[in-house]
Amino acid sequence: MGNYLLRRLIIALPSLLGISLILFVLLALAPGDPFGELATNPNIPPEVREALRVKFGMDDPVLIRYFHWLLAMLRGDWGFSFASRVNVDTLILQRIPTTLYVVGTSQLVALAVALPVGVYAAMRPYSIFDQIANTFAFIGFSLPTFFTGLLLILVFSVNLGWLPFVYRADIAATGWHWYWEYIKQAIMPITVLGLFQGASYTRYVRSAVLDVIRLDYVTTARSKGLDESKVIVKHVVRNALIPVVTLVALQMPSVFGGAIVTEQIFRVPGIGSLLISAILANDTPVIMAVTFVFSCLVVFFNLLADIIYGWLDPRISYR
Amino acid sequence: MNEQELRNLISQVKAGSMSRRSFVQRMVALGLTAPMAGMMLSQSGVAMAATTIPYKPTKAGGGGALKLLYWQAPTLLNPHFAVGTKDQEGSRVFYEPLAGWDPDGNLVPVLAAEVPSKENDGLKEDGRSVVWKLKQGVKWHDGKPFTVDDVVFNWEYAKNPDTAAVTIGSYKDIKVEKIDDHSVRVLFAQPTPFWADAFVSAVGMIIPKHLFADYAGAKSRDAPNNLKPVGTGPYLFEDFKPGDMVRGKRNPNYHLPNRPYFDTLEIKGGGDAVSAARAVLQTGEYDYAWNMQVEDEILHKLEASGQGKVGIVPTGNIEYIALNFTDPAVEVDGERASTKTHHPLFSDPAVREAINILIDRASVEKFIYGRTGVATANFVNNPERFRSKNTKFEFNIEKANQILESAGWKKGSDGIREKGGKQLKFTYQTSINAPRQKNQAIIKQACQKAGIAVELKSIVASVFFSSDTANPDTYSHFYCDMQMYTTTMLQPDPQRFMNQFLSSEIATKANKWQGRNISRWHSKEYDDLYNQAEQELDAVKRAAMYIKLNDIVVGDHYILPEVYRPRVTALKNGVTAHLSGWDNDLWQLANWYREV
Repeated sequence: MGNYLLRRLIIALPSLLGISLILFVLLALAPGDPFGELATNPNIPPEVREALRVKFGMDDPVLIRYFHWLLAMLRGDWGFSFASRVNVDTLILQRIPTTLYVVGTSQLVALAVALPVGVYAAMRPYSIFDQIANTFAFIGFSLPTFFTGLLLILVFSVNLGWLPFVYRADIAATGWHWYWEYIKQAIMPITVLGLFQGASYTRYVRSAVLDVIRLDYVTTARSKGLDESKVIVKHVVRNALIPVVTLVALQMPSVFGGAIVTEQIFRVPGIGSLLISAILANDTPVIMAVTFVFSCLVVFFNLLADIIYGWLDPRISYR
Repeated sequence: MNEQELRNLISQVKAGSMSRRSFVQRMVALGLTAPMAGMMLSQSGVAMAATTIPYKPTKAGGGGALKLLYWQAPTLLNPHFAVGTKDQEGSRVFYEPLAGWDPDGNLVPVLAAEVPSKENDGLKEDGRSVVWKLKQGVKWHDGKPFTVDDVVFNWEYAKNPDTAAVTIGSYKDIKVEKIDDHSVRVLFAQPTPFWADAFVSAVGMIIPKHLFADYAGAKSRDAPNNLKPVGTGPYLFEDFKPGDMVRGKRNPNYHLPNRPYFDTLEIKGGGDAVSAARAVLQTGEYDYAWNMQVEDEILHKLEASGQGKVGIVPTGNIEYIALNFTDPAVEVDGERASTKTHHPLFSDPAVREAINILIDRASVEKFIYGRTGVATANFVNNPERFRSKNTKFEFNIEKANQILESAGWKKGSDGIREKGGKQLKFTYQTSINAPRQKNQAIIKQACQKAGIAVELKSIVASVFFSSDTANPDTYSHFYCDMQMYTTTMLQPDPQRFMNQFLSSEIATKANKWQGRNISRWHSKEYDDLYNQAEQELDAVKRAAMYIKLNDIVVGDHYILPEVYRPRVTALKNGVTAHLSGWDNDLWQLANWYREV
């Protein structure tokens, strides 16, 4: 186990280096310039733009810039946003709580919907309930979030006027009112993300349970006269959920990475909206930091998923 | 319109037979800016109108929360680093300049006690200096007094190239000296007719010396107050999350009595323009939304819900079409569209004239932009026409056909005109943006009827407007025959705006396409007149020269103006915001209030 972990970590290093190099070079090759807006402003002499470029080291060769960035990153210096003139880690840390709250809750909602529905549908395959659950699951993951998001805004904000559609990270209220406002504004984004994710989880849980429920040991358990609920909870679900746990672990990076489209629609100040505005402003250090942290998380959670898998299912061995 | 006619108009204003406002409107129609018109009047002895900004509340505070929505959020709050207007607006909540521009081109004092004029010895005949008297008793948010030293410091701070301030252009060529505790003199290297640039409006916001003195120059980015503004403005800083929101609360010690009205202020950012319009006009969640780049049709629909209305103020921004002066198809010394070439089709004046009258400006206004783009063909030649809304804009397919026919362009078997083996066929590019594509289609259709084949090309805005030297599709490369975009007038004075037609400003490979003259049109007459205007101190003569400059450019039909783009905002019913197209939207934030 220790050996396996060590080996995986050693393999992870070159892949992270490779990822960062590719990201950096791609960004360097992409068109655009963080000071492009200055170029169209006749009040700003070109020398100033040049000075800014030199100051932020943008005229050095790509590889040198990359090594500067890498060394700084290793020292824990994530860089400096061109657009805000603020350290990138400050920017990211500001956004993390909102992202965790909105995207994390939506994952919980997704699981809360998917687990019971998926299991129940698998217990009675091709029943009316299963058909309906399937139909909704298909609709759920076929509808893109920008569509469901706008639909919810139209119904609940514009027509009914129940919910606000602009998310505010700072609410000027206290006590219970504050909690209520906080929950109220998050209902729509969480629903949109949760239902989208829940739909695909449902399909997954259903098929995983269906695989297990037909196995001999389940029949044995039933023939021993065990309670149906005990059979399902202790014998079926326990085994069926092993792959689901892996799937959820692999989804975890997105909890940190945010949801670009949904965050944009509801103006949720999460990591996703930070990333998209950094891309639009050609703010390379921010793009680099967000995408690189995201790839680290992907690598890490992949490893974690493998380990959990082996721990849950002793038939898997680490070699 | 020549100098004499201008003088006649001004004497009409003096005599009171013409209102100041209509004079300014005529100047704007001539392609000048309202601030420039105001300066012209003030030099001719018509004092700037002392603008009274209507304000009803009788005490400060009590107005609750003011909620502003920006679909592009401020990313920093130091006005000297403000890259776009969004950052200027965010800074304007906390910082103030000495004076700002009202919609009629009057300077309105903010931190200045009065507007410099000849009467109060603020202006000198030689045009080399201005004396600003500061308002007394103004305090920074932390209680320290606002003094002349702060003003001088801002000049030192911004002009230092190591600070990397984007306002450097306004400060690097001037000298600022302290006269006494309450007045400061700005000295210009050469006679400067347009003196109200440094310390005025968006570039003029003043930051406190006592907090930034240690961070001038290379350390500028380390200043903790870059993110925590301490200004003189109507709201005190509370919280700022770059790219998301800015919060402030009422400044109880604001230097104007009974202001501000609102107790708290919030700027929320992000999202898109249409939903921002919706949040103000339809659901009323917000009081104001910035820069409504939304089709007028949608704005009308949203306004119909009765929660708010759209505010429109004129600016100097203009959507125009440029015909390439050079030949983009030929490469000379490794450079396409070299200034050594001439465009094979457009060098024939008849072709340019025909294209000019094939642009259906009235339809572009009516069907595409509505209130957000006002047709302005021939605005230089004929201001009377501009004033009359009933005048037909010159759009005449038949006449275009005649012009081309008589110039020897004959229709070939495929319906496309040709002459000397050259077909009237060219490419027309612009950025990707729904109204622009519709606009392209309207022009293409009209050209087809005149036997001209137009191929349309549209480029992603982030590429088209980038300054990437390696990309041939940027607007500044202009490797195409015809292109269309909005040129923005960021300065109230047209001097820098008009340098985009100088031969020395031509965008070429040598200057990495950084030159501002993108169509590469140039004429000796224009260059000479421009240089003359730069030296001219008499505001009226100078204005007449700029009108002539406009004439020269537009009369040659390489540059074809299409529509004005006024600034469009959304306001909730009851909120009074004093908007001006020549300054930031928040320039009069202290005087905003809500009718109950």
